[in-house]
Amino acid sequence: MNYLSKISRRSFVIGSAAAGGGLAIGFDLPFGPKSAQASASEPELGVWVVVKPDDSVIIRIARSEMGQGTITGLAQLVAEELECDWSKVSTEYPTPGQNVARKRAWGSYSTGGSRGIRESHEYVRQGGAAARMMLIQAAANEWKIPVEQCSAANSIITGPDGRKTTFGKVTEAASKLPVPDKPKLKDPKDWKIAGKPLKRLDTADKVTGKQIYGSDLKLPGMLNAAIKECPVFGGKVKSFDAARVAGMKGVKKVVQVGNTGVAVVADTWWHAKTALDALPIVWDEGPNAKVSSSSIADTLKQGLDAEQGFVGNKSGDAKAAIASAAKKVEAVYSYPYQNHAPMEPMNATARYTADKCEVWVPTQDGEASFAAVLAASGLPADKCEVYKINLGGGFGRRGAFQDYVHQAVLIAKEMPGTPIKLLWSREEDMVQGRYHPVMQCKLVGAFDKDNNLTGMHMRLSGQSILAAVRPAIVEQQKGRDPLAFQGVFESGEHAFGYTIPNLLIDHAMHNPHVPPGFWRGVNINQNCIFMECFMDELAHAAGQDALEFRRKFLGKHPKNLAVLNAVAEKIGWDKPAPKGIYRGLAHMKAFAAYVAAAAEISVTDGNKIKVHRIVAATDPIYAVNPAQIDRQVAGSFVYGLSALFLQECTVKDGRIVETNFDTYDSMRIAQMPKVESIIMPSGGTDPWGGVGEPTICVAAPAVLNAYFNATGKRIRSIPLKNHGITMV
Amino acid sequence: MANLTINGKAFDLDVEPDTPLLWAIRENAGLTGTKYGCGIAQCGACTVHIDGVAIRSCGVPVSEAVGKQITTIEGLASANGALHKVQQAWIANDVPQCGYCQTGMIMAVAALLKDKPKPTDADIDTAITNICRCGTFQQVREAIHQAATA
Ligand code: FES
Ligand code: FES
Repeated sequence: MNYLSKISRRSFVIGSAAAGGGLAIGFDLPFGPKSAQASASEPELGVWVVVKPDDSVIIRIARSEMGQGTITGLAQLVAEELECDWSKVSTEYPTPGQNVARKRAWGSYSTGGSRGIRESHEYVRQGGAAARMMLIQAAANEWKIPVEQCSAANSIITGPDGRKTTFGKVTEAASKLPVPDKPKLKDPKDWKIAGKPLKRLDTADKVTGKQIYGSDLKLPGMLNAAIKECPVFGGKVKSFDAARVAGMKGVKKVVQVGNTGVAVVADTWWHAKTALDALPIVWDEGPNAKVSSSSIADTLKQGLDAEQGFVGNKSGDAKAAIASAAKKVEAVYSYPYQNHAPMEPMNATARYTADKCEVWVPTQDGEASFAAVLAASGLPADKCEVYKINLGGGFGRRGAFQDYVHQAVLIAKEMPGTPIKLLWSREEDMVQGRYHPVMQCKLVGAFDKDNNLTGMHMRLSGQSILAAVRPAIVEQQKGRDPLAFQGVFESGEHAFGYTIPNLLIDHAMHNPHVPPGFWRGVNINQNCIFMECFMDELAHAAGQDALEFRRKFLGKHPKNLAVLNAVAEKIGWDKPAPKGIYRGLAHMKAFAAYVAAAAEISVTDGNKIKVHRIVAATDPIYAVNPAQIDRQVAGSFVYGLSALFLQECTVKDGRIVETNFDTYDSMRIAQMPKVESIIMPSGGTDPWGGVGEPTICVAAPAVLNAYFNATGKRIRSIPLKNHGITMV
Repeated sequence: MANLTINGKAFDLDVEPDTPLLWAIRENAGLTGTKYGCGIAQCGACTVHIDGVAIRSCGVPVSEAVGKQITTIEGLASANGALHKVQQAWIANDVPQCGYCQTGMIMAVAALLKDKPKPTDADIDTAITNICRCGTFQQVREAIHQAATA
């Protein structure tokens, strides 16, 4: 992927009508009827495909690659329909500015919610098919024969008498033909490129150091900036003494950034950071300076017993069933704030003049970055541009939130014409997160005298991401955050996987001042722990096997049951575990995929857990690249188990306490379990499921359930380090 | 000023002696394959070799690296451009996800294999303590074993 080429090249051509859409985007962009100039420098076949005369194929990718393999998967889908030679494929990002100028020809750029493939597969495949039809038509025109007599495979077009030509030879003519609308797509059972475990397209430069991430960017005349925002959320800058650092080596300028931040601009980032650390800053800490983790927990606790909550799922009368129960089981769980901590800290590079503002940024959503450039620069859309650069991880931090873009533009405005690369320190990254929200949960299960489950109430109490980030959705839902119920919701891509008589799942919303964000998996992380650990508690209370107990409520959920059965069978649930090994299970539907895990652990001294093995099943309905899915599953467990064992952002005096990996640790290779993934796409007409996030949620409850089976101790708050439990 | 030898080349860099080697490599020598992840020797993204030993360069002042042979990811392949066997195994096993941690990971593994050409899983667990937030460890382990038999 070569982003630099797009800095100089503009190939604005009026494209086909807006593809995709239907997604709630959280910002306004002027997708006007403005016509863009045509200056096609290379043969474009619709908006998704360029075939060059030398037969090389460029596939345009709107979504962002952050390690999840989406550019490879999306390119496979396009190439499948295009019938091109896979070895000739490379990819490029059309810029967000081009998307605006071309009336959103590439649809959404948002790369979150495990949406990259599942929400664009249809229109990108149609893009590939349309390009193929144009190429074949051009060949037929040249041969003066009916197009039906020609076919394409492997970048070669064959005529009725065996005559052949290549894509490259007809591409110029093809690019002048109209783009077919809504071409017919292949049956996935005929796939030859999609569905196959192909190697990623973007590996080579990652092993030699050649790949340029946002933080590696160099532009002529560029200066570097380091920044500190008020560490107490809601506070602002009171004063700072720029004179104290003005004479330090390399320092060019000290600037206030909005009301809340101060940055030092210097020749090198190290100089900027050194000066920033020496800069006396006085903060006006504002109204939240006394808030702590325990004061937040106290507030959430009140919600556990509040009379009413926003209802996410309801059938029958749970409260009545509980009131008349022969036996009640009750448990309270909690989940902490957590930071995304991608390996590459936040950064953006901006160059501002009165007629142009350009930003280079590793972003999960180029359009959101573009909107931030517009807002911060005050310039109209045709004077702004964003160039997407490779991300050193995203996990949700680099999508909806573009605070670093805003900052970079504000700093660049202070030094017009000079490119400014703003890089956050790890410390800044840790204390200025958009955190996995805090949540507590009280669960009550009711049994009759024969140990039949007759009702369940799940009361969530805690923070809403949407209330902070997409308030319009919450308003539309009359105050409810539907996302809070991911995995336990009444319907849809996060539908609850059990049928339980007399069910109530509701949410008492409490929104502390710590800004929440979409963190890989989002609300399934806590909801799956709450629900799947509690199901084990209920099974235990009923004296039943955890798998058998679950199966009773899965009759109407065959796909949930299928993934659960698959992991149970592979781990050998019906046979005793090896000596000293204990097992646990969990499953969920999330992001339209069905996922399950079975974990095997051992425990020494009661508090040292070794996770030996996790069998994971995932049904994403269609699997575009099984090898990359396998890697996402294993990777999601590293992220999820790090969160389970090691990670909490605690709040003291209104700010986050943990400032680096020494106190906010992440799993190492020694702690990595063997992950055996079962990829079992069920096909059919269900909406395609996501891959990057769903499995993250099943690792933690499977391990917690295994820990209970090993020790008889039920852990109900995260992370395990707070219980003196380590991961070995 | 500091005279450093990086990948066999002499660099005269305008840096203060207490500048972390990481930043001298990235900003002054312009070799950005060595990454910043934490700055406190926790994550390993900045791993380079100093006289053949894997070192987290964010924790080493430039003054300590003077007169020593520094190798970064850009210098790991042989002079004729042939990739190091660890890099080859990384490609063969499709190891990187975002890739940001991988240059440091590869440098750490290359040093391990020099020390222990056929490392056991336990050797790997002890020697490789780099953080990878994408979670590539399963492929990393497979690729190390493959490189060891190459
Ligand atoms: S940047 Fe040096 S160890 Fe993290
Ligand atoms: S590959 Fe992304 S952090 Fe390791």
